[in-house]
Amino acid sequence: MTMATVEMSFTPLPAHVRTARLVATAVARRSGVDEALLDEVRLAVGEACSRAVEAHQEHCPAEPVRVALTGTNGRFEVVVTDTAAQSATASAVGAPGGMKDGSEAPGGEQAAAPVDAAQLAVPAELGLAVIEGLADDVEIAHTDAGLSIRMSWPSSAAAS
Amino acid sequence: MDLKLDHHTKDGIEVVDVEGEIDVYTAPRLRELLIELVNIGHYQLVVNMEKVEFLDSTGLGVLVGGLKRVRAHDGSLDLVCTQERILKIFRITGLTKVFGIHDSIDEAIAARKAEK
Repeated sequence: MTMATVEMSFTPLPAHVRTARLVATAVARRSGVDEALLDEVRLAVGEACSRAVEAHQEHCPAEPVRVALTGTNGRFEVVVTDTAAQSATASAVGAPGGMKDGSEAPGGEQAAAPVDAAQLAVPAELGLAVIEGLADDVEIAHTDAGLSIRMSWPSSAAAS
Repeated sequence: MDLKLDHHTKDGIEVVDVEGEIDVYTAPRLRELLIELVNIGHYQLVVNMEKVEFLDSTGLGVLVGGLKRVRAHDGSLDLVCTQERILKIFRITGLTKVFGIHDSIDEAIAARKAEK
């Protein structure tokens, strides 16, 4: 397994999601991710961390959210892992955000199904749509502990 | 930067000026303001997002929630936004079909008046 360029874990509080976004953007820039893609990295990482924070707050508020950032082999990869109980994530998997085990989304901007304001009640559903629409490559996997969201973008250089 | 909120009335429509980052941490403040405005009888809202630097799905949820509240009173919630980075998130979530998105406050107000 490749050692992450930067790893961080943070208390599952909304205030720390911004810090995670800033760190991810900084490492992405250093890893050679094109400037035009940095906004997408920032937003997708923020969405993944927000989802994890909400899951932890509901099920395991004493456990930190973990983020691994790796720039190598022409890709910048972000893995956001929560340790909320599997039962806690089951409901999220069933949400209309289109999340599937091991699913991969091709790159580019994708349009999610139009959202009817009258039916929209849970912002978390939007978060998954945003992640799949923004990340160049997405893989969502279950572990015994919780959910792992792996996202990556092309980069021009490996970070050191 | 953090979130700055202000509001003023223009041509009978309440304009909410938003500046900074709208995310899972700051969005509750915008939600509270929109609820407060509706509660005191402002059902025609324009949210000016020209100075918004970051918007995530939590912020989108707050805007949709505001839209639902004003529509319950036959009102409206239009947006002012010309920033591509912000418009992109509306497009990928399909919300461009839900909100009226305008280039300026004057344009948003004019469009609203024209529909009356």
